[in-house]
Amino acid sequence: MIALLKRDLKLAFRVGGGALTGVLFFLAVVTIVPFGIGPDLNLLAKIGPAILWIAALLASLLGLDRLFQQDREDGTLDLIIMQPHSMTATVFIKCLAHWLASGLPLILATPIFGLFMNMEPLAIAAVMATLLVGTPAITFIGAVGAAVTVSLPRGGLLLAVLILPLVIPVLIFGVTAAYGAVEDPAPFTAPFLILCALTLFFSVLGPITAGWVLRNSTD
Amino acid sequence: MSDVTTSTGFLGKVWDLANPTRFLRFANRLIPVLAIITALLFAAGLYLGFSAPQDYLQGATVQIMFIHVPAMWVAMMTYSIMSISAIGSLVWRHPLADVAIRAAIPIGAAFTFLGLVTGSLWGKPMWGTWWVWDARLTSVLILFIIYAGLYALSRAIDEPTTAARSLAVITLVGFINIPIIKFSVDWWNTLHQPASISSLERIAKPALDVVFLYPLLTMALAYSFLFFTLHLMGMRNEIFRRRIRSMRMLSARAADKGA
Amino acid sequence: MKLTINNLSGERNGQMIFSNISFTLAKGEALIITGTNGSGKSTLLRVIAGLLPAASGTVSLEDSGEFTPPEMMHYLGHLNALKPAMSIEENLIFWQQFCGNSLLDPDAALEAVALPGIGHLPAAYLSAGQKRRISIAKLLVSFKPVWIVDEPTGALDKASEQMFARLVNEHLNNGGIAIAATHKPLDIGEGVALKTKSMNMDEMPVEDTLTYGDLL
Repeated sequence: MIALLKRDLKLAFRVGGGALTGVLFFLAVVTIVPFGIGPDLNLLAKIGPAILWIAALLASLLGLDRLFQQDREDGTLDLIIMQPHSMTATVFIKCLAHWLASGLPLILATPIFGLFMNMEPLAIAAVMATLLVGTPAITFIGAVGAAVTVSLPRGGLLLAVLILPLVIPVLIFGVTAAYGAVEDPAPFTAPFLILCALTLFFSVLGPITAGWVLRNSTD
Repeated sequence: MSDVTTSTGFLGKVWDLANPTRFLRFANRLIPVLAIITALLFAAGLYLGFSAPQDYLQGATVQIMFIHVPAMWVAMMTYSIMSISAIGSLVWRHPLADVAIRAAIPIGAAFTFLGLVTGSLWGKPMWGTWWVWDARLTSVLILFIIYAGLYALSRAIDEPTTAARSLAVITLVGFINIPIIKFSVDWWNTLHQPASISSLERIAKPALDVVFLYPLLTMALAYSFLFFTLHLMGMRNEIFRRRIRSMRMLSARAADKGA
Repeated sequence: MKLTINNLSGERNGQMIFSNISFTLAKGEALIITGTNGSGKSTLLRVIAGLLPAASGTVSLEDSGEFTPPEMMHYLGHLNALKPAMSIEENLIFWQQFCGNSLLDPDAALEAVALPGIGHLPAAYLSAGQKRRISIAKLLVSFKPVWIVDEPTGALDKASEQMFARLVNEHLNNGGIAIAATHKPLDIGEGVALKTKSMNMDEMPVEDTLTYGDLL
């Protein structure tokens, strides 16, 4: 299992710039926002957490369609299925590797983009904390979509359509908690804990479902 | 492997229907009956609806309710039926359950769309805007996106067995998620719009006099029967589509053997 | 160790591809499956390897302990399951660790497939035949008693074919079992004394019925 984690990380960082592409996409989304709404720093500071969350959400969807597809195309998936490891654990490890390679760099890059958005240090810290807790949930739900669309040559778009409505709760509580940290009457702890609960819930539901789908997906 | 066994008892009868050929015979007999009942119910419901008195608050627009509310009820009923079929499809791997999901998706999407459109038409005179990000409207919009995604998925996978599993899994994952989405949207809504515009309840429910209730219930019945009619027709079409598919595959194989 | 295939039927896209195939293979025995294109060799192998559900029948392996039959098998399909972005050695080490039961170390395995000393190269640089040989080396780095190989020698030259036949023979002498599908009859066995059985898929009876899913 550790071998699988190491292999997936290696592949993620070697092929196509891996983590860097996600961060660049993140940068691109954050950069176009001021062009859309004007360079009003106060407004940007106000909507900053939301923009960062939406950008991170879109960036995490990027490349999710390749989570199992590459392994399927070169025959690796067949062999992985045959091994005496539970598919749930295998999918969990693959999600973990994907998140480490594409989610974590985004979170580490958040402070820089937070400054672009004229956000206060506390707000930036809150966004980082919520992203750290929330983005794994996106990967775990995404794994189900990736497993279902694994045999489709252009599954990426379909994956996004299938997954976006399901990750709305993650977005809602992530952004709410981020705002809760800076705006006084709004709560932080409650939405943050719900966000943790969502991630834990999907870390179980996602791998079990995706593993089952993959085991039955061979043809 | 056509297990055409005759069984007795009620469960046995239900199980008999699970045989596609029997199902087709049953559907062929039932569809005209259902269609007639649907037409009668619609005639009665629309008549009752249009002859209902105008609401003193909402005027004639209250009659949109008779189109709008049943559409939403049936849209939700459709998803529940799909989820039950999804369990049938995954646990018993029965092709007919999969056919039921497939046929229900576009119908459910259409009812959700009808609900959204009529809700929007109702909202304009009531709230002065076509759309508000009200918790209920937002949830319905998300439901519509889920339907649309399922529809896209059902068209994207050609092989019926693979498509069956994928559809069933996503349907169920969506079903598990719907309460979470509903809860989070409610939370989001109370946070952002502290009761500025209340939804239907305050306006419609206290005013829901018997004069409104009967047409509403009749329309709800009419919509349900419309759903069952369309669903059976959709399932029949899907079965025919698959028969054509397997006949084509057979002839492709026969061509290979003849060479 | 005894592999028993009992009344196995397989379908694809709702069509019966083969039906009621039975055979047993004891330690040190191999089965060579021949047949024309589309006769169902690959489907049979994938059903045995658990990668496709059987329409009916069972695959069982004696003394496999807690493991299911597929977990005791090496499957070498049409695809090589190599990652071009990793070096050959990294590829082999991954499969060794992931499959467990280490047998040869990667260097020794590469030597066995006559590609010594190239472990540091990225797998992307190899020719089709070389990739196939690396894929064969994958069978050697961890031990699984049953080898399921599908057109193993497709991209290989004569010398490599014989090399592979030797490897299979060695595996059988160590108490292994092998099932191989080829379109050329018995190209594995040439020059090597194998305890082989053979089966021609073209002669296997197929029940010409549609399956239940297609009765729809």
